[in-house]
Amino acid sequence: MIRLALPTHLWRLANVSREIEIQVEGPITLNAVLDALEARYPMLRGTIRDQVTKERRPYLRFFACGEDWSHQSPDAPLPDQVATGVELLRIVGAMAGG
Amino acid sequence: MNGVRVLVGTRKGGFILTSDARRKRWVVSGPHFAGWEIYHLKGSSIDPNRLYASQTSDWFGQVIQRSDDGGKTWAPVGNKFAYEGVPGTHQWYDGTQHPWEFKRVWYLEPSLSDLETVYAGVEDAALFRSSDGGQTWQEHAALRSAEGHLWQPGGGGMCLHTILQDPSDPGRIFIAISAAGAFRTDDGGQTWLPVNRGLQSRYELPDPNAEVGHCVHNLAMHPSRPGVLFMQKHWDVMCSDDAGASWHEISGNLPSDFGFPIAVHAHEPDTIYVVPIKSDSEHYPPEGKLRVYRSRSGGNEWEALTRGLPQRNCYVNVLRSAMTVDSLDPCGVYFGTTGGQVYASADSGDSWTPIVQNLPAVLSVEVQTLP
Repeated sequence: MIRLALPTHLWRLANVSREIEIQVEGPITLNAVLDALEARYPMLRGTIRDQVTKERRPYLRFFACGEDWSHQSPDAPLPDQVATGVELLRIVGAMAGG
Repeated sequence: MNGVRVLVGTRKGGFILTSDARRKRWVVSGPHFAGWEIYHLKGSSIDPNRLYASQTSDWFGQVIQRSDDGGKTWAPVGNKFAYEGVPGTHQWYDGTQHPWEFKRVWYLEPSLSDLETVYAGVEDAALFRSSDGGQTWQEHAALRSAEGHLWQPGGGGMCLHTILQDPSDPGRIFIAISAAGAFRTDDGGQTWLPVNRGLQSRYELPDPNAEVGHCVHNLAMHPSRPGVLFMQKHWDVMCSDDAGASWHEISGNLPSDFGFPIAVHAHEPDTIYVVPIKSDSEHYPPEGKLRVYRSRSGGNEWEALTRGLPQRNCYVNVLRSAMTVDSLDPCGVYFGTTGGQVYASADSGDSWTPIVQNLPAVLSVEVQTLP
């Protein structure tokens, strides 16, 4: 199980809690996690990455094990601690509001 | 007992206000979709319990919500708005060409004839249609063939913000885009015509009489007379008696002919309403007095409606989709402000009352007259 932390607007939209667990098959990459997330919660399609291009939305970032994964290849393997569910994969909205 | 349901979209959520037909006491529910920008909410005229909402965010993109119980519960439907083919480019603010990019849905228009059909006007400007209650969306791509490379964004973006269906002819639809102008289809969206002859943009365009490029802010029609259109342009209030083929100015004695919304009385096709705004760079009422102007003669002669509206130190704006009318008798008129008030008149505009105050900035106001 992969553990994910979602920003407030998205966990409310999906009607889940802030932290959720997702079953992911195969190599644990950002794309694999997001594919599994969108399959389980279709209302999140298009809210994290563009529906057509699959590009990350510009005001969102991905953090794992204290590192910024936003600019890594979405097909690169995520850290073992994320893949084994020890650490959270965090989807974070850019800070705004002054 | 009949009544009204007012659907209010704001910068930070949607609100639903209900009242009986007297329109004196209001119940406010919301915020729905708290924290999101709700550009537009609109109900079906076939089944008033069918509502759609455009929920949008610079962070999280576009969500479309649908309710089948008058707004008590909502569920997300389809939000994939993919342009047909290679989208191409349009004019950017500096005159260079810029790629077409989907940003948000500005306007949702449920079909007058089929419950499951709904239209969406989007930024960057295009018209989409769903025939399955919002689950999937297809573009009417021929619209962008109407000189789309010459369209350009206005201050709010390059948005398709107005959709008017002709109740007497299901094939005829009018739309308006800032800043491209008004367009009409007579064949259900297969082909589109720019309908901007007579519009003048003296200080905005190199050719003041250009076929496209005008900043049309809003269109309105009376359902009994669908060939007569009223327009609030960037500057100028305009009228067409021939379904957009030609336009003439009806600004008359308005204190300013800049503004955003325009509306037509439910029972008097020649009675129209506008909210004059000082100028394109000062988006607030002239002299700090919030005044709706009413013409009972189809324009040119206007009277200020002020009773119940602030007449000093008022510097709010009223956006293009934020004024509407109900179909009760006497006709109710409603508008929302960027200061978060929604004002209502239950006597065709003679007097006004704030029916809710201190909301986030109001983006849109629609009303349903309930059986």
